[in-house]
Amino acid sequence: MFARLKQMLIKEFLQVFRDKRTRFVLLGPPLLQMLIFGYAATFEIHHVPTAILDLDHSSESRELVSRFQSSPYFTLLPPLTTHRDISEAIDHGDATVAIQIHPGFAQLLRNGQTAPLQVIVDGTNSNTALIAAGYVNQIAKGFGREYQHDRMERLRPSSAAVVPSVQLEERPWYNTDLRSRWFFVPGVIGSLTLVIVVTLTAFAVVREREIGTLEQIMVTPIRPFEFILGKTIPFFLIGLADVTLIGTLGTLWFGVPFRGSLLVLLLGTVLYLICMLGVGLLISTISATQQQAMITAFFFVMPAITFSGFGFPISTMPQWLQYITYLSPLRYFLVVLRSVYLKGVGMESLWPQMSAMAALGFFLLTVSVLRFHKALD
Amino acid sequence: MSWTRLLAVARKEIVQIRRDRRSLGIVLIMPVVLMLLFGYGVSLDLKHLPVYVYDQEGSQQSQDLLKRFQASEYFQVVKAVDNYPEVIRAIDGGRAAMAIVVPYDFSLQLRRGGSVSVQAVIDATDDNTANVLIGYTQAVISGYSEELQVNWLQQHGGQQLQAPLSVDTRTWYNENLESRAFIVPGVLALVMSVIGAFLTSLTIAREWERGSMEQLISTPVTPLEILLGKLIPYFVIGLIDVGICAAIAVFWFQVPFRGSVLTLLVGSALFMVVVLCMGYFISVVARNQLAASQLALVATFLPAFLLSGFLFAIEQMPAAVRVITHIVPARYYVAALKKIFLKGAPAAMLYTELIPLAIFALVLAVLATRAFHKRLV
Repeated sequence: MFARLKQMLIKEFLQVFRDKRTRFVLLGPPLLQMLIFGYAATFEIHHVPTAILDLDHSSESRELVSRFQSSPYFTLLPPLTTHRDISEAIDHGDATVAIQIHPGFAQLLRNGQTAPLQVIVDGTNSNTALIAAGYVNQIAKGFGREYQHDRMERLRPSSAAVVPSVQLEERPWYNTDLRSRWFFVPGVIGSLTLVIVVTLTAFAVVREREIGTLEQIMVTPIRPFEFILGKTIPFFLIGLADVTLIGTLGTLWFGVPFRGSLLVLLLGTVLYLICMLGVGLLISTISATQQQAMITAFFFVMPAITFSGFGFPISTMPQWLQYITYLSPLRYFLVVLRSVYLKGVGMESLWPQMSAMAALGFFLLTVSVLRFHKALD
Repeated sequence: MSWTRLLAVARKEIVQIRRDRRSLGIVLIMPVVLMLLFGYGVSLDLKHLPVYVYDQEGSQQSQDLLKRFQASEYFQVVKAVDNYPEVIRAIDGGRAAMAIVVPYDFSLQLRRGGSVSVQAVIDATDDNTANVLIGYTQAVISGYSEELQVNWLQQHGGQQLQAPLSVDTRTWYNENLESRAFIVPGVLALVMSVIGAFLTSLTIAREWERGSMEQLISTPVTPLEILLGKLIPYFVIGLIDVGICAAIAVFWFQVPFRGSVLTLLVGSALFMVVVLCMGYFISVVARNQLAASQLALVATFLPAFLLSGFLFAIEQMPAAVRVITHIVPARYYVAALKKIFLKGAPAAMLYTELIPLAIFALVLAVLATRAFHKRLV
């Protein structure tokens, strides 16, 4: 058995690595994707292009503007002069936020009345809009609070110190600086492996069928089980290599901390790869051409990634959809990846994810092997 | 160029598409699935985030503050705990997104006057969720704090103080800040890219792999006729998909459509030409379906997903990546889509998007025609 399996493996590896383009495909795209993801995938909001129309020209309004100027979240565009400029700046997308300070702003403040501040936000990108509006509020509130405080100090110096107030002391754990990169990079390891291993495995058998070499293999004494092993082991190893490569890059290049244990990550990776091989084989058995396999694989890959919590919190999905997410192996692997990388927790927290992947992997592999036997007959 | 030969190639391609029922079916339901996938699955509108509370004091006042978290739709207080280790375990295990810790001397400090800190321990693995959480928590706490101050001033007989600043925020184009309205229009770009990537990228590579290229070369058909004959069927399918997508976006997801159908058609047709020619070019260069499919994925789908502004705001990316996005055709298409759907921009306002798209279409069409030689080696 081992002699035959060995021959099969030699053939598979030859086939994968013989072609210059395929060789490139195994290494180039994952690295490229990792780099693009690391740099481009970010929900962080800095330097929001902001236009200010100051119609008051008072020391108060200038003080407020200077607060926006010194904030890292806003980049001020050249000051506007008319109301029309605001709609133009927002319409053309030059500014995401426009702030209008009405004439009489300082007068109202000095009289102890409420001075309105008009803020216009381009809601096209709802996430940027939400967070930018929050920052505007923070700056405006801070300005108001200090103005109030100063005035009270002038009116009744004694009371200013004793007015009670509650403050928030936030402690973001695991990712203190709230870096998007730390969130996305571990996730990329899971999603890239998914794409690579599933499509490669899905193509593996269909290709032989389409080129017509499957029949040649069938007339050799190789047994179906050996054939399946021969087809999956190379991709299992390629998957492991990819995880190692991308994972190393994530830590060394992007500086994402690795706080957990390598052994836990290895166990999770093995279980996850078994799931992926099962899916790939299954697609292979139900596809007649490579084009079909490609499209079918895509139909698995897209939902599996979207519903895994890779970029979008599962808790924001409708309830019925949340149940579906339990079927995505990536959902569990992502928890393992992020926990191992950022939280540094071990099996005591991760056993539910590990068992879910083990169960899914066992199920998928069994079904695909059974179907495979049938497809070969 | 001969119309009969062109039509013959097109007819051959159509027969091939029609024979492969599954691929055809998938191509037509793909837009539906992707639309539903992103419409439902991709949302950044965080609500009901699981929160633990740890009230060290347990007084009337601390309970008052915590009740406000209960009342907010953004939080869901799942558990009240009475020790710190339990807080740590909940955050480690991902059962709580945040834990609010009220200090043991909360009301005492408030009576004495001055500032008291309430701690929020946040699972910042997902930086975006953490950011939004901090914003919401800040709003609850500062609201509470302001009321405390007003009450205190009233009790101490001071004059009625008004808040110095009121921020009046107006959101344009996406008034309710729904992430769905922001994401769904961009899905059109994804669907187009997928069709370009998965269908056309395989069409020439398949002929090479199956050996039918020799037959094609021995006919008098010219490279340009092959290009057009192969791409026109997919172009038609692509336009049908645009229609399906737009219909779902508007009628099912109720995304506003404020622009004109004609501009949508022009923009989509241009982008179709771009992705189809790109897929064709890849197909000619790669020569085997495995490599072609992987390359197509990297060249069309991935940039459309990551570098187009579909999800991740381009202006937030590092400068080097921002420069790269200028050579991503999807960037212009996504920008045009958002302007057409949400801003209702007339064609005159879209020249910054449509002209680059037209240039890309032209360049890629020339490249694709030039790349294909009727030679066997």
